[in-house]
Amino acid sequence: MRRRLAALTLALTLVFATGAGHASQQQAAATEWLVSRADVGRPGGQLVVIERAEPRTLNPILAIDAPSREILARTTADLIHIDRETQQPQPALARSWTVSPDGRRFTLSLRHGVRFSDGQPFDADDVLFSFQVYLDEKVGSPQRDQLIVADKPIAVRKIDQYTVQVDLAEPYAVGERMFDSLAILPRHLLETPYTEGRLARMWALGTPADALAGLGPFRFRDHVPGQRLTLERNPFFWKTDRAGNHLPYLDRLVFVFVPSEDAQAVRFQSGEADVTTRLSATNFDVLQRDRGRRNYDLLDIGPGLDYTFLFFNLNTVGPSDAPQVVRRRGWFQQLGFRQAVSLAIDRDAIVRLVYRGRATPLWGHVPPGNKLWVNRSLPRPPRSLDRARERLRSAGFSWNAAAALVDKDGQAVDFTIVTNTGNTERMQIATIIQDDLKQLGIRVGVVTLELRALLQRLLMTHDYDACVLALGAADGDPSSEMNVWLSSGGTHLWHPEQPAPATPWEADIDTLMRRQLTVRDVQARKRLYDRVQELVAENLPVISLVSPSVLAGTAKGLGNLRPTIFDHHALWNVDELFWRGRPAGATQ
Amino acid sequence: MQSRLPDRHYTLPLAALVVVYLAAIFAGFLAPYDPSTQSRDLAFVPPTAVRWVDRSGAIHLRPFVYDGERPYPIRFLVRGAPYRIGRLFSSERHLFGVDAPAVLFLLGTDGFGRDQFSRLLYGARISLFAGPLGALLSVAFGIVLGGAAGFFGGWIDTIIMRAGELFLAVPWFYLLFAVRMALPLRIEPQEAFLMILSIVAVVGWARPARLIRGMVLSGKMRDYVTAARALGASNVQLLWRHVLPQVSGIALTQAALLAPQYILAEATLSFFGLGVGEPVPSWGNMLAVLQRYDVLSSYWWMFLPAGALLGVFLLYYLLADALHERVAALPG
Repeated sequence: MRRRLAALTLALTLVFATGAGHASQQQAAATEWLVSRADVGRPGGQLVVIERAEPRTLNPILAIDAPSREILARTTADLIHIDRETQQPQPALARSWTVSPDGRRFTLSLRHGVRFSDGQPFDADDVLFSFQVYLDEKVGSPQRDQLIVADKPIAVRKIDQYTVQVDLAEPYAVGERMFDSLAILPRHLLETPYTEGRLARMWALGTPADALAGLGPFRFRDHVPGQRLTLERNPFFWKTDRAGNHLPYLDRLVFVFVPSEDAQAVRFQSGEADVTTRLSATNFDVLQRDRGRRNYDLLDIGPGLDYTFLFFNLNTVGPSDAPQVVRRRGWFQQLGFRQAVSLAIDRDAIVRLVYRGRATPLWGHVPPGNKLWVNRSLPRPPRSLDRARERLRSAGFSWNAAAALVDKDGQAVDFTIVTNTGNTERMQIATIIQDDLKQLGIRVGVVTLELRALLQRLLMTHDYDACVLALGAADGDPSSEMNVWLSSGGTHLWHPEQPAPATPWEADIDTLMRRQLTVRDVQARKRLYDRVQELVAENLPVISLVSPSVLAGTAKGLGNLRPTIFDHHALWNVDELFWRGRPAGATQ
Repeated sequence: MQSRLPDRHYTLPLAALVVVYLAAIFAGFLAPYDPSTQSRDLAFVPPTAVRWVDRSGAIHLRPFVYDGERPYPIRFLVRGAPYRIGRLFSSERHLFGVDAPAVLFLLGTDGFGRDQFSRLLYGARISLFAGPLGALLSVAFGIVLGGAAGFFGGWIDTIIMRAGELFLAVPWFYLLFAVRMALPLRIEPQEAFLMILSIVAVVGWARPARLIRGMVLSGKMRDYVTAARALGASNVQLLWRHVLPQVSGIALTQAALLAPQYILAEATLSFFGLGVGEPVPSWGNMLAVLQRYDVLSSYWWMFLPAGALLGVFLLYYLLADALHERVAALPG
């Protein structure tokens, strides 16, 4: 504590004495440390983490795949960070910030004396450069969307070497959240490639370690294709613990690539890895029953943010569609039909059989794990085949002599559920639904397709009947799901990219989703999003089924381990993790 | 006289195979349950113990099972789920069963609480008929193309045999994924599967074709073939009357060897989700759940279909072996 005070005093003196602009060398000694409130740990050791796939890139500007983003989140830092435990914004590279009363101007004071992992100093120019890159349409960063408010890009201005000002066209409900996970880039390494238009090709997987730099707790060390990627401790990281020790504690962070869920469980069970965060419920069970286990803990972190649902193809039919297709869409577009399907599905059986009880049945699309946003007053109609039959009858369906459901014209009702190959859980869910709907006299086929082929059918050709799929929000905030709920959205799965809302309730959802994005008051936003959840539950464009719990396994003896249901689960505070007894970690 | 001995060699496997195929055909009668009925409270239940001795030590003449404390005798020719055999015959009588609430899962249940024994019998309908069908298709194509190549020789031979090499070299598996994607989604699972299996079989013509070509090549050089040709027999007559009869033994042996391979192909296809779709059982999709680590490590009775597969393989190989001996023992 004394050391931190001393550092602060020194920094202040220096700022006053020299003014901003030409003192970066001397300020090295005057780093404004961020002090962690976590337990004080011991330095040393390595942590081996299972990653389900090899990252595609080490370029934070263009990374979209989960493995790349998970690794890059360890080597880069953002200005304002959303604490994964409290869900509240907390200072990161910006030591403090102010928001103007109209909610349109953010003024951020940057931390003094921070250095990139290659030792070069960080200041407002790096921030300006980063925003310039993210906002440049030619670069095509996926982060660009989150920096566009009311169709206008945010404006970033440098006030002085350690102060930047961000102006928005409209008040933005998400506010500070837009800075979260937005990696600040080293201008000294990337400005030349940027001006030469080479940015997209920079920092690919084969890049040598000394050509990369970031502000995160770890820095890149080496990569063995197909096997592992190793990060090492960043000695310039800007956090300390309460005793003044520099974070992170761990010397190395090793990501091993294990594609299948089962192989992940086996590798973890055999002690080849210290952390695995995407255990399936069945493998969790197997690991739990393994009597020989001594060296790992299994953690049920609780209901997660993923939700699995069934949806019908609600795209409008065109003149070129076959009469068969027109007839089927006619069934799907009847609310009574979708309600009957929802009533017939045995969600509890899905929870029990597919997830061994480690999941929560859903009647709305926001899972209970998303505590800040879930609408708890949604009705939860219990499974009832009688009520399902009633709905079908009042929607004009009836049953023939062979007990098969037929429509008004006497055509037997049948359809196919597609889901992606390689996901046994979704396959099992589809099989359970198939059997449930057999009770209603509906013949359901189940087909698995390779994911890319499936997405092409869903989003491009619209050639399918119904689909079981899952979505997951990274941080649970409704703003991250705009693309799903807006009728013009590209992942508005049941009827994507509508030129104008096809139904009144989709128009209502559009209005509500747009409104919640500009309201600053959290309670008011919650009310708007509650209404969206009601509309979805009433009109059933998606029939929510289940939300699996987040299940993790970690080696015994990891200090400060506080996994969350939010992304990066056990790794969000990797800078604070340490080995209690043995500074070793799994051997690789 | 010489061929008497091998005869007995193949009557046994042949008879055993006939029994297995009859069991598959009469699956509805032999299976106590409908193969797709889910008992959701009884997922992954181990095989039901069939007893003759009750807890008090008394011996029963009729086998029985326990449901909790109460014994339930196994009854014969009981009423149960309706079924059909072919298109001719439908009934509700099953060979054996127990009264509810007791259950009789001879081979345990799967993850949806479906009776494995019933699924094994019904699954045989698909798996066992996939074998001969695939074998028949590829041997038929093999005879036509290999026969033509061997008999006519020259550029016909070159084209057919080079094409055969090409077929052997192409990675068909990726093609199958593409075919499944191109098929319409709404297609009966059995039909989709038959279509994919037929493709596998048809593109598998190259191996039998090579063998047949060799036989035809040596066959057409024989003196009596030359004599027949000299007497003015046409190509078709030569092939039909003199060359192909020499090939029939080889073709039969090939078919007996290929049949289990196509049964295995069904298992492989199911393993990759290209097989028969749920809820229709097949040995392949019953085994496919073994790719799940939890199933593999926790429920031994899920391996039982593999035993059935192994048994059928053995019978087919015994048959192929006996046929081979018989072909070798034939004069000439």
